[in-house]
Amino acid sequence: MFNAITHSQIYVLDQDEALDFYVGKLGLEVNADVNMGFMRWLTVSVPGHPERQILLETPGGPTMSAETAQQVRELVTKGATGGTLIFSTDDCRKTYETLLQRGVEFTDEPTERPYGIDCGLRDPFGNHLRFTQPKA
Amino acid sequence: MSRAAEETNRRMLRARDAMDRAYGQPLDVPSLARIAHVSEAHFTRTFRATFGETPHRYLQRRRVERAMFLLRETDRSVTDICLQVGFASLGTFSRTFRDIVGQSPRAYRKEAVSAGVPTCFTMAWMRPSE
Repeated sequence: MFNAITHSQIYVLDQDEALDFYVGKLGLEVNADVNMGFMRWLTVSVPGHPERQILLETPGGPTMSAETAQQVRELVTKGATGGTLIFSTDDCRKTYETLLQRGVEFTDEPTERPYGIDCGLRDPFGNHLRFTQPKA
Repeated sequence: MSRAAEETNRRMLRARDAMDRAYGQPLDVPSLARIAHVSEAHFTRTFRATFGETPHRYLQRRRVERAMFLLRETDRSVTDICLQVGFASLGTFSRTFRDIVGQSPRAYRKEAVSAGVPTCFTMAWMRPSE
């Protein structure tokens, strides 16, 4: 029936600021950045993997009242909107050091788990991200 | 107006992340307030308004949850666990633990270990709620 998950979405509060973070700091690539008129279609992906895109969307638009959009924005900043992104990496500790130097905010440092080594961070808006170095 | 709420939430989240990370260390309102870039007077009130409980209570629950994990999964002494999760005194730890969990650390350990429940269930069901 299906072949793959191609897109997932997370809420960001400002798309330019999101670019500074996801591309500028995390090193993802812009996949699409299109002014559609009614919205800015902005997706990023891991370099070399355009088949898996993350849509960076701002809350709002015709289907969401201003009040609801405001509720969503406040929930994002409380870290309560889910949308956790989990990446895999070859070297968790090295990536952690690199990102730390770039000013990325970490919630938990690289820690051994049953499944490998992982750590957690926040984007500027409050979204929770993790990256895991799987057990060999 | 709305920007202010977002900014405040984000700062409170930052302080809460610090509690999740550094629960084993002595944490006090002044240092958490500094992390959140707000005054001490505001911090407790604002944290409570944002997350529904005082920072002190949140920290207690976090510490107790970690203690429950260590009681179940290790054979470290109750005193060691007390200090490891950030309580300064065994008396405070035991009292807080019993208040939140409903039994003493020793009794909890005895019961939890003997049940033999798979860890995914214990993790989901054993976290103390408010």
